[in-house]
Amino acid sequence: MATTQTMTPSMKRERRANLRRNAFYLALIVIGLVAPFVAYPVFLMKVLCFALFACAFNLLLGYAGLLSFGHAAFLATGGYVTGYLLSSYPALTPELGILSGTAAAVALGAVFGALSIRRQGIYFAMVTLALAQLMFFFYIQAPFTGGEDGLHGVPRGELFGIISLRNSLVMYYFVFAIFLFGFALIQRTVHSPFGQVLKAIRENEPRAVSLGYNVDAYKLVAFILSAGLAGLAGSTKTLVFQLASLTDAHWHMSGEVILMTLLGGVGTLFGPVVGAGLVVSLQHLLAQSPLGNWVGPILGAIFVLCVLSFRSGIVGEAIKMYRKNFK
Amino acid sequence: MTQEFILETRGLTKQFRGFTAVDDVNLQVREGHVHALIGPNGAGKTTVFNLLTKFLPPTRGEILYRGRPITGMKANEIARLGLVRSFQISAVFAHMTALENVRVALQRPIGTSFHFWKSERSLEHLNERAVELLDEVGLRDYADVLTVEMPYGRKRALEVATTLAMDPTLMLLDEPTQGMGAEDVDRIVELIRRVAQGRTVLMVEHNLSVVSRLCDRITVLARGAVLAEGDYETVSADPRVREAYMGSEAAAEEASA
Repeated sequence: MATTQTMTPSMKRERRANLRRNAFYLALIVIGLVAPFVAYPVFLMKVLCFALFACAFNLLLGYAGLLSFGHAAFLATGGYVTGYLLSSYPALTPELGILSGTAAAVALGAVFGALSIRRQGIYFAMVTLALAQLMFFFYIQAPFTGGEDGLHGVPRGELFGIISLRNSLVMYYFVFAIFLFGFALIQRTVHSPFGQVLKAIRENEPRAVSLGYNVDAYKLVAFILSAGLAGLAGSTKTLVFQLASLTDAHWHMSGEVILMTLLGGVGTLFGPVVGAGLVVSLQHLLAQSPLGNWVGPILGAIFVLCVLSFRSGIVGEAIKMYRKNFK
Repeated sequence: MTQEFILETRGLTKQFRGFTAVDDVNLQVREGHVHALIGPNGAGKTTVFNLLTKFLPPTRGEILYRGRPITGMKANEIARLGLVRSFQISAVFAHMTALENVRVALQRPIGTSFHFWKSERSLEHLNERAVELLDEVGLRDYADVLTVEMPYGRKRALEVATTLAMDPTLMLLDEPTQGMGAEDVDRIVELIRRVAQGRTVLMVEHNLSVVSRLCDRITVLARGAVLAEGDYETVSADPRVREAYMGSEAAAEEASA
């Protein structure tokens, strides 16, 4: 089958670009493996969890053109389900806890998606926000979440029943593996037959319809994938901090992930990672400084600056500069 | 049932808040014809077009495709039946290459379009067919060019190639020569003539010289209703058509001069 392919110059160029990209990925993986010996592992794990969360959000905004204002609901659902199950059933291994949390987020994503996907633009954002608020109030009242107190002391347990995750370094590599899985899945989704259709829909929806595509179904699949990966991030975060709380369900969290994604560069694979790294680092640094109470206003100012001066985000602008100077 | 008509409307009506844009239109498109829908500005041509392709729901009336009612179907469903439309403003996927544009139309029937876990390399076996289609509209050299960087006339040709990829039995073209220079118009006319072989074409068109060169049958709309129908000679000799057209055609000639 592959022998009849026509090899166009762009495909050759693409092959070369792929080689370069693989080398780049390899370098990043090596950095990820060495990182915990240089920086504080818990801090790195926090960055990775938020980076995965932002990547999941970006899959929806950057590649399906849908702005969700309710992604906190998926992060929190993953976290609560994992936290509750691991606290209540000590026999449950952490990977199963994370899988259950992710599955719950997928299910919630299917429901939210089915209810919101037909709306466009700001109406879609409003519907997702309303649904996420509904979940927030549900989680305050529900008995299994610990309400205002949240769930504390979630046991990390033994991975596959053998490897203890109590050690931060071991935990870090587990989180890193999860992040790589999530990132790879998004990368593949973007560059898949499905990703091609998604791109076509984003570029020109009526035309995609006239080519026979049921665009709502494609958007729904993208929404569920995004929700599931956000849930995976939430589940993992609960295991890292051994804590699930209302902070994750609050609409602030939905806003924060938008900030991370836009700051880093929406519609780029690495933008959300850079954005999440930057926001988490800033929060971390500011919390230790005398400016601790000013985290919100400072992040807000950065956001305004970003929207006004470099709209495609840090990675987006970097790509533009690279293209201008090297091509 | 009369099977000679590939597309038929019965009493097709569309009202927008009391304003009747399309009024009781009975349209019959014969299989194998190039059929034009003409009329002065605001005659309801584009509305009829959007009704036929299900981009608008009709207020009343029926649409039949090969004698089978399609009034209740969705836009993407009729596309799968082989009724494929183009758009007034060239409808292309701007940040995809010409090859990818055509390939998106080719990939749906192979059934992997929901497979988010597969590499897009799995689509490469469609490249050959896509290049053939591009060749058919004279765009072979543009295969790797991002569509956003192509000149307007080429984009319209690409749109035709993408439509052809659907292997349509009935092509609905919405003002295919709109906004084009004379040279591009000639190229598109030739292209439509070529791709119309073995197919049926229904087109909305302003340019009467294009209509006279291409079309077997013409339906004239005015104020949402059918004013006249027949071949170019019959229609252009009809005094009512001349009257309805005079004002706006004179204005159009002035504008194009």
